[in-house]
Amino acid sequence: MSTVTATAAPTKLWGGGKSPFDVEYGKLMMWYFLMSDAFTFGAFLISYGTIRFSSNGWPNPNEVFKSFPFAPEGVHAPLVFVSIMTFILIISSVTMVLAVLAGKQMDKKAVVRNLILTIIGGIAFLSCQAWEWNHLHSEGAWWGANPFLNADGTQSSTNFTNYFFTITGFHGFHVFSGVVINIIMLIMTLMDKFEKRGHYLMIEKAGLYWHFVDLVWVFVFTCFYLI
Amino acid sequence: MSSEVALDFHSGVSSLHDTHHSHDEHHHHETFISKYVFSMDHKMIAKQFLITGMFWAVLGGFMSVLFRLQLGYPDSTFPWLEDILGKWAKGGHITPEAYYALVTTHGTVLVFFVLTAGLSGTFANFLIPLQVGARDMASPFMNMLSFWFFFTAGIVMLSSIFVETGPFSGGWTAYPPLSALGDASPGSKTGMDLWIVSMALFVVSSLLGGLNYIATVLNMRTKGMSMTRLPLTIWALFFTAVLGVLSFPVLFSGFILLIFDRNFGTSFYLSDIFVNGAGALPNEGGSAILYQHLFWFLGHPEVYIILLPAMGMVSEILSTNARKPIFGYMAMIGSMFAIAILAFLVWAHHMFVTGLNPFLGSIFVLLTLLIAVPSAIKVFNWLTTLWRGNIRFTPAMLFAIGFVSLFISGGLTGIWLGNSALDIHLHDTYFVIAHFHIVMGVASMFGMFAGIYHWFPKMYGRFLNNTLGYVHFWITIAGAYLIFWPMHYEGLAGMPRRYYDYSIWESFKQFSDLNRFISTVAMIVFATQILFLANFFYSIFKGRKLRTANPWGSNTLEWTTPIKPGHGNWPGEIPEVYRWAYDYGKDGTDFISQTTPVGADESVH
Repeated sequence: MSTVTATAAPTKLWGGGKSPFDVEYGKLMMWYFLMSDAFTFGAFLISYGTIRFSSNGWPNPNEVFKSFPFAPEGVHAPLVFVSIMTFILIISSVTMVLAVLAGKQMDKKAVVRNLILTIIGGIAFLSCQAWEWNHLHSEGAWWGANPFLNADGTQSSTNFTNYFFTITGFHGFHVFSGVVINIIMLIMTLMDKFEKRGHYLMIEKAGLYWHFVDLVWVFVFTCFYLI
Repeated sequence: MSSEVALDFHSGVSSLHDTHHSHDEHHHHETFISKYVFSMDHKMIAKQFLITGMFWAVLGGFMSVLFRLQLGYPDSTFPWLEDILGKWAKGGHITPEAYYALVTTHGTVLVFFVLTAGLSGTFANFLIPLQVGARDMASPFMNMLSFWFFFTAGIVMLSSIFVETGPFSGGWTAYPPLSALGDASPGSKTGMDLWIVSMALFVVSSLLGGLNYIATVLNMRTKGMSMTRLPLTIWALFFTAVLGVLSFPVLFSGFILLIFDRNFGTSFYLSDIFVNGAGALPNEGGSAILYQHLFWFLGHPEVYIILLPAMGMVSEILSTNARKPIFGYMAMIGSMFAIAILAFLVWAHHMFVTGLNPFLGSIFVLLTLLIAVPSAIKVFNWLTTLWRGNIRFTPAMLFAIGFVSLFISGGLTGIWLGNSALDIHLHDTYFVIAHFHIVMGVASMFGMFAGIYHWFPKMYGRFLNNTLGYVHFWITIAGAYLIFWPMHYEGLAGMPRRYYDYSIWESFKQFSDLNRFISTVAMIVFATQILFLANFFYSIFKGRKLRTANPWGSNTLEWTTPIKPGHGNWPGEIPEVYRWAYDYGKDGTDFISQTTPVGADESVH
């Protein structure tokens, strides 16, 4: 924190009277919350892995996720759409970084601009997910219903779709919460709340959450679309 | 509760974290609602947790008396049972459904509502700010939410008792398929829906509380309060919070999957099931064992979530009342850390006989038995703290010593049960019941009682009645052993747990007298707890008043506050800390408060 002058006794980092990590409590809580949330997703993905590993077969993601909006029926575009979704989400992380950076520089205009871009990115991702869910539903997939065959052509259990909808749904709910948080941050910025406080720390905490949600998507994406 | 002295603490409150919401502006005009209901004072929230926990302890304890009636007197009828239970005790005889519902609710309530929320909710809230030297929790608002989520969870659980099909009755672990299929049993219908909603709310409460405890301990220690000067209570509560924050989310995931299995036709936990009356189910590909893994990944850390706060308080109380420094302070921290790590690595010892790979089982045996090492270190440290101490046998001290006794007795049987080969014989018997009730249930209750007797003067500015405290202690410790010790014999003889009536089994008929004895003692012990509650509530209003701020001659910071601290705890500046919490009998001085600067000629400890 402050530079230690030669005369003053050196204040110990963990000696009490200040935060050892030099962060205020909210940010510390956010980090611990994210650890906690990581365990939630970890439990989901490990459950998924366990069940998949103990199943005789599993559908091929290249066959399941091959459609593209507005493309003619029967087009074969494996993983193209989900790659675009992923790209959108990662770009929204970049704009979030820019918003946090602008906050540190007390540049309200840039904060507003980048927050809006992040919110648009989040909504775009959710819209893509809505389309994908709707499309899969139209093919007969839902919780408890799996129209897809295993890669080897045998009958598949419903757990492919069960896990897909539960985990991507849980992640989508996180993205949705993140968008809501970002909208609140945007409103607070526009109302000059942070200018009055003298810092944009809240944006930083919202940013932590947003990056976490993006990071989780990388794992969800890998588990459901790539493997 | 008489009115607390309103103190002006505005001068120093915002020095630690300037982004803190200006929550301290209205406290001079507190209304009943803001002071007693939606309070944001950690001391009031602690009392709310404590008294709500007491309500649940009475209810959960009374349930055990009811099912002990069935176990002790399987052939008798009690007409008054029909008066209170209605159709669940037709003709004064508890029905099997009601019996299982009582056992399930007793377990859920005692483990989660009493020994998790009631214990760490009370003492983490009460002691963390007072002992680290903070005005309040990092976020008083989240703290308040934490209590009200817990309260709501309680309301939902309570309402499940009154639904037509009864509360959930498949055991407190809620294993599928009983918990996943409404057709499986009456309690698996609405009762289970309410159970799972209640538990989800409880997880939220625990998360909000835990994040707060961690942030407060790390960030808000007063000047000079380094981590190695913290009282062991705070270390224990810190590890408890970390365990909760990292293990409850896994249970939460498990519950979400369970909700989908119950309501949305998935088969995460279901495969190849035939239900009487409903026929073969279409569910395929799931695994009931998966739920057990997810459950026990919380379930085992949960044991330490229950036990660690008791350990911490017992360390503090033993040292204070033996007038000696705690033996092996760093070893205590190290062993609690080891326990916190190992807590995450032993969950499958609850699943030895589920068909778990025996090789995997052997690894879990090793990791489980490793816990004996830090546990033994702690026990020896407690005993050596007592050794040649100048012991004051206050009720708190007696309960603390009782905790050590119970922890040894129950811990030793843990070494038996941690062995996967012995577990083939002992699993699901009364041996298990005896083990976990002694080591986790009763021991933690003792830690809680010790804490209540010790910190009651700080909470209410009055003492609890000592004589009633001694009566409470001696009957409870004798009763605890008389109830649970014989269960070891029953378990070794193969008597399974959770059976409704043992008198129809040729092998277990021999225990009918013993069962009646256990039930009788259980009733006496339950009545004694009512005596304690009477003492508690009487003493809040009429107990002997405190004359000094530091009645036990204790070193920790909470005793440097006024007898009745206001919101903000210290009237002036927060005191600075110069030493650890255990300078008892040092250089011939009885005790030296943490706020006393180290003298020039003082010896180094």
